[in-house]
Amino acid sequence: MAMLSFEKKYRVPGGTLLGGDLFDFWVGPFYVGFFGVTTIFFSVLGTALIVWGAALGPTWNIWQIDIPPPAIAYGLAFAPLAKGGLWQIITICAIGAFVSWALREVEISRKLGIGLHVPFAFSVAIFAYVTLEVIRPLLMGAWGNGFPYGIMAHLDWVSNTGYNYLNFEYNPAHMIAVSLFFTTTFALALHASLVLSAINPAEGEAVKTAEHEDTFFRDFIGYSIGTLGIHRLGLFLALGAGFFSAVCILISGPFWTAGWPSWWSWWLNMPIWSMH
Amino acid sequence: MLKLNSIPGLALLAAFAMCILVVLTFQRPPVDVIATGGPGLGMQTLYNPAQVNKALGMNQPPAMLPAINAGPMAGTVYKNVQVLKNISTGAFTRLMVSMTDWVAPQQGCGYCHVAGNFASDAKYTKVVARRMLQMTIAVNTTYTDHVGSVGVTCYTCHRGNNVPSKVWFTGVTPGSAPGLAEVDMGKNLPAASVDDSALPSDPDTPFLLNQDKIRISGNTALPDGTNPASIKNTEWTYALMMSYAQALGVSCEYCHDSRSFNSWSESTPQRVKAFYAEAMLRDLNNSYMVPLTTLFPVTLRGPQGDVAKIDCATCHQGVYKPLFGAKMASQFPALEGVSMQQAAPKPIVKPAMAAPKPGGSTP
Repeated sequence: MAMLSFEKKYRVPGGTLLGGDLFDFWVGPFYVGFFGVTTIFFSVLGTALIVWGAALGPTWNIWQIDIPPPAIAYGLAFAPLAKGGLWQIITICAIGAFVSWALREVEISRKLGIGLHVPFAFSVAIFAYVTLEVIRPLLMGAWGNGFPYGIMAHLDWVSNTGYNYLNFEYNPAHMIAVSLFFTTTFALALHASLVLSAINPAEGEAVKTAEHEDTFFRDFIGYSIGTLGIHRLGLFLALGAGFFSAVCILISGPFWTAGWPSWWSWWLNMPIWSMH
Repeated sequence: MLKLNSIPGLALLAAFAMCILVVLTFQRPPVDVIATGGPGLGMQTLYNPAQVNKALGMNQPPAMLPAINAGPMAGTVYKNVQVLKNISTGAFTRLMVSMTDWVAPQQGCGYCHVAGNFASDAKYTKVVARRMLQMTIAVNTTYTDHVGSVGVTCYTCHRGNNVPSKVWFTGVTPGSAPGLAEVDMGKNLPAASVDDSALPSDPDTPFLLNQDKIRISGNTALPDGTNPASIKNTEWTYALMMSYAQALGVSCEYCHDSRSFNSWSESTPQRVKAFYAEAMLRDLNNSYMVPLTTLFPVTLRGPQGDVAKIDCATCHQGVYKPLFGAKMASQFPALEGVSMQQAAPKPIVKPAMAAPKPGGSTP
């Protein structure tokens, strides 16, 4: 396969974490590496097990296929394959594939000589998944507290799990996560509109530079975070949203079993109110 | 040395305050998980062992006197016995002593009876107690769809108090607008019945006294103009459901799969019990409590002069079955209507209601 003109610069040997030179090669444009091999192993095995689970189930309707975790009664033990055991092995495969992919990103970053921002960002997403499927079930004493693998099934789980706490919008970490998600999209909208305005000038005008962008926001709100800073802010907001999402589900169950509104009784019971 | 009035110092102080808050306000594992649906569905009610132990301690039946069934009919021995006249004097006396323990342990017989003339109806408490006996018998004989074989006694609600601790008074009801701008829904007044949320603080008056429609779900996935329920109706219903969950110490999933709250075929059997309770509570409040309003002194009535009324919490007191399902009523056959001869002055007619149907098409 033909290489792009600048690609040679990046196709450098070394920088691997495991396996030395053995897996340090490319297939077409794709770097493989030791963790590329493990990614393929876990993802192929996990997907095959999902297909097996679907074959055991009552439907091939892609929306309704459901591979549920073991019943709560199994606790933290292994369950028979058809009764949640598949879910347990698929979970191991999923974590294996996700972590392999993150480590492959680390190897590529080392080859390119760049920071580890990309694998770090992906690790936050992996942390959220591991929180849902491993940490929280461990703290609650049963794998059955994980979410099922199915498109509609996992949405039903999300809905019911929210209503376990009567009104999930009173979950303090959920509040922070939602605020960060909205702020992420807001910052992205501001950034995208600024970039599109700068590089799509009106007929006859020159393309604007970063100086123009800074000047616009300094005029508009008195401050410009700058071309590099906006990406740092975006990363912080997005990772914060993912992190607090993990926190909000982690505290639901292990650290709070009642309705979320009543958690705020500490605020209502502060001795600063004159009512009642 | 870190200065506390610097930005890092303030951040440190804030972080410290946050840690204190987190440690003081949250629970910690282990967790008891009660599944109410199939694996992976997320239909659960969660308990912390400390919470369960506290509820167990507060919801035990009291010691009961040994059963007596001797002597002639109470109505032939005592004067002015209207409800319990057809039981033996032994059973009658035992019930009277038990009622004293359940309702007026401090005041004794004199809480209801005039000393020296127990037959007198001079004290309002005796008239109320008679009506409450009739109510208890009605619940145990007419509303078995809800109370099953467990039944209720005076103690189910009173628990040693003159007035049950979990009663409710009318607050702000739907549509009582003080001005043109916005209808006051009693929102943002954190009430225990709605888990201290911002939902309407009196969900009982519209549904458990009046007959407002609880059902707000449409029958189609997208709005087709046939469902008149508004966001406000939805909030009242949400508040009522929140009060049910609070009263029973359960989550929404005790009765519902939240995928489709209205669908009977996707609900648990407990929802049918709650369905019968709604009709029962409306009847108890309207037929028994409201007519007694003027008997009660003003100090025992609500801010709007209304009588104390009954909802789920009055009996359940935070537990899925009152007193964890202890069968107290069977120890007092008179309260289950045994040996009675038309005790209630007028028969209680159960309100007409359709049986729950799959698909949620109940009126």
